[in-house]
Amino acid sequence: MKLAGLLLLLSGWVICLTALALLPSQSTRLSFLLAGMAVEVIGLVIVARAHIPLREDRG
Amino acid sequence: MTGLAAAGLLILLIPFAFAGLALMSTGLTRSRSAAHSVMSTLTVAAVAVLIYVVCGFAWQGYPGRAAFALTVAGKQWNWIGAEGLFLRGLDFEGPGAGFAACFGMFSAALAAIIPLGAGEERWRLGSAAASAAVLAGWTYPLFAHWVWGGGWLAQLGFVDAGGTATIQVVGGLTALSVSWILGPRRGKYNQDLMPFAMPGHNAVFVLFGALLALLGWFGLNSAGAMLFYGAAPSRVPLIAINTTLCAGSGLLATVLVTRTRFGKPDAWLSANGWTGGLAASSACAAFVTPAEAIILGLVAGALVTFSIEWLELHLKVDDPAGAISVHAVAGLWGVFATGFLGRNGQWIAQLAGIATLLGFVLPTTYGLNWLINRFWPYRVTVDGERNGMDLHELGANAYPELASHSEDFMQR
Repeated sequence: MKLAGLLLLLSGWVICLTALALLPSQSTRLSFLLAGMAVEVIGLVIVARAHIPLREDRG
Repeated sequence: MTGLAAAGLLILLIPFAFAGLALMSTGLTRSRSAAHSVMSTLTVAAVAVLIYVVCGFAWQGYPGRAAFALTVAGKQWNWIGAEGLFLRGLDFEGPGAGFAACFGMFSAALAAIIPLGAGEERWRLGSAAASAAVLAGWTYPLFAHWVWGGGWLAQLGFVDAGGTATIQVVGGLTALSVSWILGPRRGKYNQDLMPFAMPGHNAVFVLFGALLALLGWFGLNSAGAMLFYGAAPSRVPLIAINTTLCAGSGLLATVLVTRTRFGKPDAWLSANGWTGGLAASSACAAFVTPAEAIILGLVAGALVTFSIEWLELHLKVDDPAGAISVHAVAGLWGVFATGFLGRNGQWIAQLAGIATLLGFVLPTTYGLNWLINRFWPYRVTVDGERNGMDLHELGANAYPELASHSEDFMQR
Protein backbone atom coordinates (compact mmCIF):
# COMPACT_ATOMS: atom_id res chain seq x y z
CA MET A 1 0.00 0.00 0.00
CA LYS A 2 2.92 2.31 0.70
CA LEU A 3 4.17 1.91 -2.87
CA ALA A 4 0.67 2.42 -4.29
CA GLY A 5 0.30 5.64 -2.29
CA LEU A 6 3.69 6.94 -3.40
CA LEU A 7 2.90 6.12 -7.03
CA LEU A 8 -0.40 7.99 -6.72
CA LEU A 9 1.50 11.00 -5.38
CA LEU A 10 3.78 10.91 -8.41
CA SER A 11 0.85 10.36 -10.78
CA GLY A 12 -0.94 13.40 -9.40
CA TRP A 13 2.16 15.48 -10.00
CA VAL A 14 2.48 14.20 -13.57
CA ILE A 15 -1.15 15.23 -14.21
CA CYS A 16 -0.33 18.70 -12.89
CA LEU A 17 2.85 18.97 -14.98
CA THR A 18 1.10 17.82 -18.13
CA ALA A 19 -1.69 20.32 -17.60
CA LEU A 20 0.80 23.15 -17.11
CA ALA A 21 2.84 22.18 -20.17
CA LEU A 22 0.10 21.38 -22.64
CA LEU A 23 -3.09 23.25 -21.77
CA PRO A 24 -3.35 26.80 -23.06
CA SER A 25 -6.20 28.32 -21.07
CA GLN A 26 -5.96 29.24 -17.42
CA SER A 27 -9.31 27.72 -16.44
CA THR A 28 -8.58 24.27 -17.88
CA ARG A 29 -5.09 24.39 -16.39
CA LEU A 30 -6.56 25.15 -12.98
CA SER A 31 -9.12 22.34 -13.31
CA PHE A 32 -6.49 19.74 -14.19
CA LEU A 33 -4.16 21.11 -11.53
CA LEU A 34 -6.86 20.61 -8.90
CA ALA A 35 -7.61 17.13 -10.28
CA GLY A 36 -3.92 16.24 -10.02
CA MET A 37 -3.80 17.55 -6.47
CA ALA A 38 -6.86 15.48 -5.59
CA VAL A 39 -5.00 12.38 -6.80
CA GLU A 40 -2.05 13.45 -4.63
CA VAL A 41 -4.28 13.79 -1.58
CA ILE A 42 -5.60 10.25 -2.11
CA GLY A 43 -2.01 9.03 -2.39
CA LEU A 44 -1.02 10.89 0.77
CA VAL A 45 -3.93 9.38 2.72
CA ILE A 46 -2.97 5.88 1.54
CA VAL A 47 0.70 6.32 2.48
CA ALA A 48 -0.21 7.80 5.87
CA ARG A 49 -2.63 4.97 6.67
CA ALA A 50 -0.09 2.36 5.56
CA HIS A 51 2.35 3.72 8.15
CA ILE A 52 0.02 3.44 11.12
CA PRO A 53 1.50 0.64 13.24
CA LEU A 54 -0.71 -2.41 13.77
CA ARG A 55 -1.87 -3.19 17.30
CA GLU A 56 -0.01 -6.52 17.14
CA ASP A 57 3.25 -4.61 16.55
CA ARG A 58 2.90 -3.01 19.97
CA GLY A 59 2.21 -6.25 21.79
CA MET B 1 24.60 50.45 0.91
CA THR B 2 23.78 48.50 -2.24
CA GLY B 3 21.18 45.75 -2.20
CA LEU B 4 23.76 43.02 -2.63
CA ALA B 5 26.01 44.31 0.15
CA ALA B 6 23.00 44.42 2.46
CA ALA B 7 21.99 40.92 1.38
CA GLY B 8 25.53 39.73 2.10
CA LEU B 9 25.36 41.00 5.65
CA LEU B 10 21.86 39.61 6.20
CA ILE B 11 22.94 36.16 4.98
CA LEU B 12 25.29 36.03 7.97
CA LEU B 13 22.26 36.01 10.28
CA ILE B 14 20.98 32.69 8.90
CA PRO B 15 23.14 30.45 11.16
CA PHE B 16 21.14 31.80 14.11
CA ALA B 17 18.27 29.71 12.74
CA PHE B 18 20.50 26.61 13.07
CA ALA B 19 21.19 27.50 16.69
CA GLY B 20 17.52 28.17 17.39
CA LEU B 21 16.31 24.90 15.90
CA ALA B 22 19.11 22.97 17.64
CA LEU B 23 18.13 24.41 21.02
CA MET B 24 14.46 23.69 20.41
CA SER B 25 15.07 20.10 19.34
CA THR B 26 17.38 19.50 22.27
CA GLY B 27 14.99 20.96 24.81
CA LEU B 28 12.16 18.85 23.41
CA THR B 29 14.06 15.57 23.83
CA ARG B 30 14.67 13.73 27.08
CA SER B 31 17.92 14.45 28.90
CA ARG B 32 19.41 11.07 27.99
CA SER B 33 19.72 12.17 24.33
CA ALA B 34 20.47 15.90 24.71
CA ALA B 35 24.14 15.91 23.67
CA HIS B 36 23.35 13.61 20.74
CA SER B 37 20.73 16.06 19.57
CA VAL B 38 23.14 19.01 19.37
CA MET B 39 25.92 16.84 18.00
CA SER B 40 23.56 15.63 15.25
CA THR B 41 22.77 19.23 14.32
CA LEU B 42 26.45 20.12 14.00
CA THR B 43 27.30 16.95 12.07
CA VAL B 44 24.37 17.27 9.71
CA ALA B 45 25.13 20.96 9.09
CA ALA B 46 28.77 20.10 8.38
CA VAL B 47 27.86 17.34 5.92
CA ALA B 48 25.21 19.49 4.24
CA VAL B 49 27.47 22.50 3.60
CA LEU B 50 30.23 20.23 2.32
CA ILE B 51 28.02 18.34 -0.10
CA TYR B 52 26.27 21.51 -1.22
CA VAL B 53 29.60 23.10 -2.14
CA VAL B 54 30.80 19.93 -3.86
CA CYS B 55 27.74 19.40 -6.07
CA GLY B 56 24.58 21.05 -4.66
CA PHE B 57 25.16 24.49 -6.14
CA ALA B 58 26.03 22.89 -9.47
CA TRP B 59 22.44 21.58 -9.70
CA GLN B 60 20.86 24.68 -8.13
CA GLY B 61 22.51 27.34 -10.33
CA TYR B 62 21.44 30.93 -10.61
CA PRO B 63 19.09 32.77 -13.02
CA GLY B 64 20.80 33.68 -16.26
CA ARG B 65 23.62 31.14 -15.86
CA ALA B 66 24.18 27.70 -17.40
CA ALA B 67 21.25 25.27 -17.06
CA PHE B 68 19.60 22.36 -18.84
CA ALA B 69 16.15 22.87 -20.35
CA LEU B 70 13.54 20.60 -21.92
CA THR B 71 11.38 21.79 -24.79
CA VAL B 72 7.73 20.76 -24.43
CA ALA B 73 4.99 22.05 -26.76
CA GLY B 74 7.39 24.65 -28.13
CA LYS B 75 8.27 26.07 -24.74
CA GLN B 76 11.53 25.64 -22.87
CA TRP B 77 11.30 24.34 -19.30
CA ASN B 78 14.46 24.90 -17.31
CA TRP B 79 14.88 21.94 -14.96
CA ILE B 80 18.43 21.73 -13.54
CA GLY B 81 21.48 23.94 -13.19
CA ALA B 82 24.74 23.22 -15.02
CA GLU B 83 27.33 24.95 -12.86
CA GLY B 84 30.76 23.49 -12.12
CA LEU B 85 31.41 21.23 -9.14
CA PHE B 86 33.13 22.81 -6.09
CA LEU B 87 31.70 26.23 -7.10
CA ARG B 88 34.13 26.21 -10.03
CA GLY B 89 33.67 29.10 -12.42
CA LEU B 90 31.77 31.20 -9.91
CA ASP B 91 32.77 34.86 -9.86
CA PHE B 92 32.86 35.98 -6.24
CA GLU B 93 33.78 39.53 -7.27
CA GLY B 94 30.69 39.96 -9.42
CA PRO B 95 27.08 40.40 -8.37
CA GLY B 96 24.55 37.71 -7.60
CA ALA B 97 25.76 34.16 -7.98
CA GLY B 98 28.39 34.23 -5.20
CA PHE B 99 25.82 35.55 -2.71
CA ALA B 100 23.30 32.96 -3.91
CA ALA B 101 25.86 30.19 -3.35
CA CYS B 102 26.48 31.37 0.22
CA PHE B 103 22.74 31.75 0.87
CA GLY B 104 22.16 28.31 -0.66
CA MET B 105 24.84 26.71 1.49
CA PHE B 106 23.20 27.96 4.70
CA SER B 107 19.74 27.09 3.40
CA ALA B 108 20.77 23.53 2.52
CA ALA B 109 22.15 23.08 6.03
CA LEU B 110 18.95 24.46 7.55
CA ALA B 111 16.79 22.14 5.43
CA ALA B 112 18.96 19.20 6.53
CA ILE B 113 18.68 20.13 10.22
CA ILE B 114 14.86 20.15 10.18
CA PRO B 115 14.33 16.34 9.91
CA LEU B 116 16.47 15.77 13.02
CA GLY B 117 13.61 17.04 15.17
CA ALA B 118 11.35 14.22 13.97
CA GLY B 119 13.99 11.53 14.46
CA GLU B 120 15.11 12.55 17.95
CA GLU B 121 16.03 9.81 20.45
CA ARG B 122 16.20 7.01 17.85
CA TRP B 123 17.95 8.19 14.66
CA ARG B 124 21.57 7.12 14.45
CA LEU B 125 24.14 9.85 13.82
CA GLY B 126 25.80 8.17 10.82
CA SER B 127 22.61 7.52 8.94
CA ALA B 128 21.33 11.04 9.73
CA ALA B 129 24.50 12.37 8.12
CA ALA B 130 23.95 10.15 5.05
CA SER B 131 20.37 11.40 4.77
CA ALA B 132 21.60 15.01 5.04
CA ALA B 133 24.10 14.39 2.25
CA VAL B 134 21.35 13.24 -0.09
CA LEU B 135 19.08 16.13 0.88
CA ALA B 136 21.78 18.79 0.45
CA GLY B 137 23.26 17.16 -2.65
CA TRP B 138 20.14 16.40 -4.63
CA THR B 139 16.60 17.03 -3.28
CA TYR B 140 17.15 20.55 -1.98
CA PRO B 141 19.28 21.87 -4.90
CA LEU B 142 16.91 20.48 -7.52
CA PHE B 143 13.85 22.13 -5.97
CA ALA B 144 15.86 25.29 -5.23
CA HIS B 145 16.80 25.46 -8.91
CA TRP B 146 13.14 25.26 -9.88
CA VAL B 147 12.28 28.13 -7.52
CA TRP B 148 15.41 30.30 -7.25
CA GLY B 149 17.65 29.21 -10.11
CA GLY B 150 15.39 30.33 -12.96
CA GLY B 151 13.73 26.90 -13.15
CA TRP B 152 10.28 26.00 -14.42
CA LEU B 153 8.42 27.01 -11.24
CA ALA B 154 10.08 30.44 -11.35
CA GLN B 155 9.06 30.66 -15.03
CA LEU B 156 5.43 30.06 -13.93
CA GLY B 157 5.68 32.90 -11.40
CA PHE B 158 6.00 30.85 -8.19
CA VAL B 159 6.96 33.09 -5.27
CA ASP B 160 9.02 31.91 -2.30
CA ALA B 161 11.31 34.72 -1.23
CA GLY B 162 12.72 33.34 2.01
CA GLY B 163 12.40 29.61 1.47
CA THR B 164 9.06 28.51 2.92
CA ALA B 165 8.76 25.88 0.19
CA THR B 166 12.43 25.46 -0.67
CA ILE B 167 13.76 25.09 2.87
CA GLN B 168 10.91 24.60 5.34
CA VAL B 169 8.56 22.32 3.41
CA VAL B 170 11.37 20.30 1.80
CA GLY B 171 12.87 19.80 5.29
CA GLY B 172 9.46 19.15 6.84
CA LEU B 173 8.48 16.52 4.26
CA THR B 174 11.84 14.83 4.78
CA ALA B 175 11.05 14.87 8.51
CA LEU B 176 7.76 13.12 7.76
CA SER B 177 9.53 10.49 5.65
CA VAL B 178 12.15 9.90 8.34
CA SER B 179 9.51 9.64 11.05
CA TRP B 180 7.59 7.07 8.98
CA ILE B 181 10.73 5.04 8.31
CA LEU B 182 11.92 5.14 11.93
CA GLY B 183 8.56 4.45 13.54
CA PRO B 184 7.63 5.74 17.01
CA ARG B 185 9.95 5.68 20.03
CA ARG B 186 9.64 2.63 22.26
CA GLY B 187 7.06 3.25 24.92
CA LYS B 188 5.41 6.10 23.00
CA TYR B 189 2.25 4.08 22.26
CA ASN B 190 0.58 1.44 24.38
CA GLN B 191 -1.01 -1.73 23.04
CA ASP B 192 -4.18 0.17 22.14
CA LEU B 193 -2.03 2.68 20.24
CA MET B 194 -2.81 5.47 22.68
CA PRO B 195 0.15 7.84 22.96
CA PHE B 196 2.00 8.58 26.20
CA ALA B 197 3.39 12.05 26.82
CA MET B 198 7.19 12.10 26.68
CA PRO B 199 7.96 15.67 27.72
CA GLY B 200 11.25 17.27 26.77
CA HIS B 201 13.84 18.04 29.40
CA ASN B 202 14.30 21.82 29.12
CA ALA B 203 11.53 24.30 28.33
CA VAL B 204 13.96 27.23 28.60
CA PHE B 205 16.07 25.82 25.74
CA VAL B 206 12.93 25.49 23.65
CA LEU B 207 11.66 29.01 24.28
CA PHE B 208 15.09 30.64 23.92
CA GLY B 209 15.67 28.63 20.74
CA ALA B 210 12.46 30.05 19.31
CA LEU B 211 13.67 33.58 20.06
CA LEU B 212 17.07 32.91 18.52
CA ALA B 213 15.48 31.52 15.38
CA LEU B 214 13.84 34.91 14.75
CA LEU B 215 17.28 36.40 13.95
CA GLY B 216 17.95 33.64 11.45
CA TRP B 217 14.60 34.24 9.79
CA PHE B 218 15.36 37.97 9.43
CA GLY B 219 18.35 36.87 7.38
CA LEU B 220 16.46 34.30 5.34
CA ASN B 221 13.48 36.48 4.49
CA SER B 222 15.42 39.68 3.76
CA ALA B 223 18.38 38.23 1.87
CA GLY B 224 16.16 35.87 -0.15
CA ALA B 225 13.85 38.71 -1.20
CA MET B 226 16.82 40.83 -2.30
CA LEU B 227 18.73 38.08 -4.09
CA PHE B 228 15.90 36.35 -5.93
CA TYR B 229 13.10 38.93 -6.20
CA GLY B 230 15.05 42.19 -6.44
CA ALA B 231 13.69 43.73 -3.22
CA ALA B 232 15.41 47.00 -2.29
CA PRO B 233 17.27 47.36 1.04
CA SER B 234 14.60 49.90 2.03
CA ARG B 235 12.18 46.95 2.24
CA VAL B 236 14.12 45.31 5.08
CA PRO B 237 12.15 47.07 7.85
CA LEU B 238 8.85 45.83 6.36
CA ILE B 239 10.25 42.30 6.07
CA ALA B 240 11.46 42.40 9.69
CA ILE B 241 8.08 43.72 10.88
CA ASN B 242 6.14 41.08 8.95
CA THR B 243 8.44 38.27 10.07
CA THR B 244 8.07 39.28 13.72
CA LEU B 245 4.31 39.72 13.37
CA CYS B 246 3.95 36.26 11.85
CA ALA B 247 5.96 34.68 14.67
CA GLY B 248 4.15 36.66 17.35
CA SER B 249 0.68 35.94 16.04
CA GLY B 250 1.62 32.28 15.58
CA LEU B 251 2.58 32.12 19.24
CA LEU B 252 -0.54 33.98 20.37
CA ALA B 253 -2.78 31.64 18.37
CA THR B 254 -1.13 28.66 20.06
CA VAL B 255 -1.42 30.27 23.49
CA LEU B 256 -5.13 30.94 22.89
CA VAL B 257 -5.85 27.46 21.59
CA THR B 258 -3.99 25.66 24.38
CA ARG B 259 -5.39 28.02 27.06
CA THR B 260 -8.92 27.35 25.82
CA ARG B 261 -8.48 23.58 25.52
CA PHE B 262 -6.26 22.74 28.46
CA GLY B 263 -6.86 25.63 30.87
CA LYS B 264 -3.27 26.86 30.68
CA PRO B 265 -1.00 27.92 27.83
CA ASP B 266 1.42 25.21 26.77
CA ALA B 267 5.01 26.50 26.62
CA TRP B 268 6.31 23.74 24.33
CA LEU B 269 3.50 24.10 21.82
CA SER B 270 3.69 27.89 21.97
CA ALA B 271 7.34 27.82 20.93
CA ASN B 272 6.30 25.62 18.02
CA GLY B 273 3.52 28.08 17.14
CA TRP B 274 6.10 30.90 17.05
CA THR B 275 8.38 28.87 14.77
CA GLY B 276 5.42 27.80 12.62
CA GLY B 277 4.64 31.51 12.12
CA LEU B 278 8.25 32.04 11.06
CA ALA B 279 8.14 29.11 8.64
CA ALA B 280 4.94 30.44 7.06
CA SER B 281 6.31 33.99 6.83
CA SER B 282 9.25 33.25 4.56
CA ALA B 283 7.39 32.97 1.26
CA CYS B 284 5.79 36.38 1.30
CA ALA B 285 7.09 38.52 4.19
CA ALA B 286 8.48 40.95 1.62
CA PHE B 287 5.21 41.35 -0.26
CA VAL B 288 2.38 41.47 2.29
CA THR B 289 1.04 44.17 4.54
CA PRO B 290 1.43 43.90 8.33
CA ALA B 291 -2.29 43.10 8.69
CA GLU B 292 -1.94 40.22 6.24
CA ALA B 293 1.15 39.01 8.11
CA ILE B 294 -0.91 38.79 11.31
CA ILE B 295 -3.54 36.64 9.57
CA LEU B 296 -0.79 34.45 8.11
CA GLY B 297 0.77 33.90 11.54
CA LEU B 298 -2.53 33.32 13.37
CA VAL B 299 -3.57 30.57 10.98
CA ALA B 300 -0.08 29.03 11.04
CA GLY B 301 -0.03 28.91 14.84
CA ALA B 302 -3.47 27.30 15.06
CA LEU B 303 -2.57 24.81 12.31
CA VAL B 304 0.61 23.79 14.13
CA THR B 305 -1.26 23.13 17.38
CA PHE B 306 -3.94 20.94 15.81
CA SER B 307 -1.54 19.24 13.43
CA ILE B 308 0.83 18.11 16.20
CA GLU B 309 -2.07 16.52 18.07
CA TRP B 310 -3.60 15.01 14.94
CA LEU B 311 -0.35 13.45 13.76
CA GLU B 312 0.37 11.96 17.18
CA LEU B 313 -3.13 10.81 18.04
CA HIS B 314 -4.59 9.73 14.72
CA LEU B 315 -1.70 8.99 12.37
CA LYS B 316 0.60 7.63 15.13
CA VAL B 317 3.49 9.73 13.86
CA ASP B 318 6.01 10.28 16.65
CA ASP B 319 7.61 13.67 16.01
CA PRO B 320 9.28 14.76 19.30
CA ALA B 321 10.10 18.31 18.15
CA GLY B 322 6.98 18.92 16.06
CA ALA B 323 9.16 19.40 12.95
CA ILE B 324 6.53 18.09 10.53
CA SER B 325 3.80 20.41 11.76
CA VAL B 326 6.04 23.46 12.15
CA HIS B 327 7.91 23.23 8.87
CA ALA B 328 5.74 21.18 6.48
CA VAL B 329 2.17 22.01 7.57
CA ALA B 330 2.71 25.69 8.45
CA GLY B 331 5.02 25.98 5.44
CA LEU B 332 2.42 24.64 3.01
CA TRP B 333 -0.04 27.14 4.44
CA GLY B 334 2.50 29.93 3.83
CA VAL B 335 3.03 28.86 0.22
CA PHE B 336 -0.73 28.63 -0.36
CA ALA B 337 -1.45 31.99 1.33
CA THR B 338 1.11 33.71 -0.90
CA GLY B 339 -1.31 33.05 -3.76
CA PHE B 340 -3.93 35.38 -2.37
CA LEU B 341 -2.03 37.70 -0.03
CA GLY B 342 0.13 40.50 -1.39
CA ARG B 343 0.79 39.71 -5.04
CA ASN B 344 -2.44 38.69 -6.71
CA GLY B 345 -3.06 36.31 -9.58
CA GLN B 346 -0.56 33.66 -8.55
CA TRP B 347 -2.95 30.89 -7.72
CA ILE B 348 -1.81 28.53 -10.42
CA ALA B 349 1.91 29.01 -9.75
CA GLN B 350 1.51 28.53 -5.99
CA LEU B 351 -0.71 25.46 -6.46
CA ALA B 352 1.84 24.03 -8.91
CA GLY B 353 4.49 24.51 -6.23
CA ILE B 354 2.39 22.71 -3.61
CA ALA B 355 1.62 19.90 -6.07
CA THR B 356 5.35 19.55 -6.74
CA LEU B 357 6.20 19.44 -3.04
CA LEU B 358 3.62 16.73 -2.34
CA GLY B 359 3.85 14.85 -5.63
CA PHE B 360 7.56 14.99 -6.33
CA VAL B 361 9.55 16.02 -3.24
CA LEU B 362 7.73 13.74 -0.77
CA PRO B 363 8.03 10.50 -2.83
CA THR B 364 11.62 11.37 -3.79
CA THR B 365 12.79 12.09 -0.27
CA TYR B 366 10.87 9.09 1.09
CA GLY B 367 12.38 6.80 -1.55
CA LEU B 368 15.92 8.05 -1.02
CA ASN B 369 15.67 7.74 2.77
CA TRP B 370 14.11 4.29 2.43
CA LEU B 371 17.06 3.27 0.25
CA ILE B 372 19.66 4.60 2.71
CA ASN B 373 17.84 2.82 5.53
CA ARG B 374 18.18 -0.49 3.66
CA PHE B 375 21.97 -0.24 3.68
CA TRP B 376 22.57 1.91 6.75
CA PRO B 377 19.80 1.27 9.27
CA TYR B 378 18.34 4.43 10.70
CA ARG B 379 17.01 3.10 13.95
CA VAL B 380 19.22 2.64 16.98
CA THR B 381 19.15 -0.70 18.83
CA VAL B 382 16.73 -1.34 21.71
CA ASP B 383 19.62 -1.00 24.18
CA GLY B 384 20.64 2.27 22.62
CA GLU B 385 17.16 3.64 22.97
CA ARG B 386 16.88 2.42 26.53
CA ASN B 387 20.20 3.88 27.68
CA GLY B 388 19.82 7.05 25.67
CA MET B 389 21.57 8.18 22.51
CA ASP B 390 24.21 10.10 24.46
CA LEU B 391 25.63 7.06 26.18
CA HIS B 392 25.05 4.69 23.27
CA GLU B 393 26.43 6.75 20.42
CA LEU B 394 28.68 9.31 22.09
CA GLY B 395 29.85 7.38 25.12
CA ALA B 396 28.97 10.10 27.64
CA ASN B 397 25.84 11.80 28.92
CA ALA B 398 25.10 15.49 28.45
CA TYR B 399 24.36 15.70 32.16
CA PRO B 400 26.69 13.14 33.80
CA GLU B 401 25.64 14.12 37.31
CA LEU B 402 22.14 12.81 36.61
CA ALA B 403 21.43 9.14 37.24
CA SER B 404 20.79 6.87 34.27
CA HIS B 405 17.18 6.97 33.15
CA SER B 406 17.10 3.36 32.08
CA GLU B 407 15.21 2.37 35.19
CA ASP B 408 12.21 4.51 34.24
CA PHE B 409 12.03 3.00 30.78
CA MET B 410 9.09 0.71 30.41
CA GLN B 411 8.17 -1.33 27.40
CA ARG B 412 4.47 -0.82 26.99
